[in-house]
Amino acid sequence: MADTVGTEVLTSGDISRALQRIAHEILEKNHGAEGLVLLGIPTRGVPLAARLAGIIAGIEPGWDASGATGELDVTIYRDDLHRRPTRVIGLTRLPDGGIDGATVVLVDDVLYSGRTIRAALDAIADLGRPKAVRLAVLVDRGHRELPIRADYVGKNLPTAADERVTVRLKETDGTDAVIITRAEEQR
Amino acid sequence: MKHLLSAKDLSREQAVLILDMAEQMAATQARQVKKLPTLRGLIVVNLFFEDSTRTRISFETAAKRLSADVINFSPKGSSVSKGESLKDTVLTLGAMHTDAIVVRHYASGAPYTIAHSGWTDASVINAGDGTHQHPTQSLLDAMTMRRHLMGPNPLGQGLDGVNVVIVGDVLHSRVARSGVDLFTTLGAKVTLVAPATLLPVGVETWNCDVSYNLDQALAEVKPDALMMLRVQKERMSAGGGGFFPSPQEYTREYGLDEPRLAALPKRTIVMHPGPMNRGLEITSGAADGLRSVIVEQVANGVAVRMAVLYLTMTGAEGGEA
Repeated sequence: MADTVGTEVLTSGDISRALQRIAHEILEKNHGAEGLVLLGIPTRGVPLAARLAGIIAGIEPGWDASGATGELDVTIYRDDLHRRPTRVIGLTRLPDGGIDGATVVLVDDVLYSGRTIRAALDAIADLGRPKAVRLAVLVDRGHRELPIRADYVGKNLPTAADERVTVRLKETDGTDAVIITRAEEQR
Repeated sequence: MKHLLSAKDLSREQAVLILDMAEQMAATQARQVKKLPTLRGLIVVNLFFEDSTRTRISFETAAKRLSADVINFSPKGSSVSKGESLKDTVLTLGAMHTDAIVVRHYASGAPYTIAHSGWTDASVINAGDGTHQHPTQSLLDAMTMRRHLMGPNPLGQGLDGVNVVIVGDVLHSRVARSGVDLFTTLGAKVTLVAPATLLPVGVETWNCDVSYNLDQALAEVKPDALMMLRVQKERMSAGGGGFFPSPQEYTREYGLDEPRLAALPKRTIVMHPGPMNRGLEITSGAADGLRSVIVEQVANGVAVRMAVLYLTMTGAEGGEA
């Protein structure tokens, strides 16, 4: 579909370098991997969280990556459920130890209006009381509608509101790329 | 999906979607904070023209867990006892900006009428109409079967290859009608067992087998799920109303007792939609035994109704299930 249109702004190599840097930044700010929990927001936040966990485990041997990674579906906390077609509720899976007292890093592919993250913060409040919540995103494309910012950003992409940012990942789409599509190129 | 009126309206994809969402809803109910903000600010009216404990409380619990405001309506103590028509009652609810109406009515087709008459914009969910349909009951039955019979990960699956035997008062049972529709849509095979007097005219056109002999049917079908129906004494006159010679004889021919229970295959689960007539269609030993999933059915009912309320009350698109 969009394979032929749009501009590739991040290649596979760019994405893996950005994730490497984010992993190091998370460890630097957290002074190690102690108490870290990575929660991916479906769909593409989940494989991104798994990749970050893998990189962190490589830097900090002994850290239990799978025991500190989960997924957080925010659908039931969204504020636009009455404005859009019905959304399917996805899986929420927390690490066995829960999130109480942990430093939770939310992981998503694109940060845009900020409303998904607001919903995620509400979901986290219902699931426990972490020590801190951080946000890591692969792409920040601006146009925030809420006072929310990311702590770790793979790439800041200034965009127009009528442009579309598409993230593709090997796990979900078979290939790694970030593509920007202008309005006139969209169908 | 704007309304849920009949299990027959559901495609396999829709039914599996509802069951999968019910599983996610059930997962949220294991949390410390069980209340979700999803339907905040919306109003659900339970419009119950027939007595009910579990269905009304189940819908009320489901709506409250999703943060909707719930208003319970029963005809006793309302203007219906002064002779108000169904139309005027629904128009009144519509004027109060009700977002969903959960209807139980003694007349078959009442929910359909409310949904299609133009009296209200609200979503209409059938919670049992006459001897017609009870779609959320069959969905919770399907969810219970799927959990027990379709392996460790039921998500995305139907009920393919499952043998279901439904025993008892099929004539008066909306549970049986909805069940036959939904279970066969999901790929199961259904066998009805009842005395000829408790089978409706035209049952041979249903998508199921029919038997008059319980022991023979159990031996031949080897059911994965055995569902005992309640003998609906309130819809019969005293003493069985000529539908069967005596309660003792009904129990002997069609009741689930210990010998029949012991003869079932090991995997078989025992179901009952409730409320039970203990000692009539099911003995206490069978109702409370290890194979019984009757209490689980009630728990799954809340999850299924949360999923149905979510699917009917959110989304900007129009269209009907």
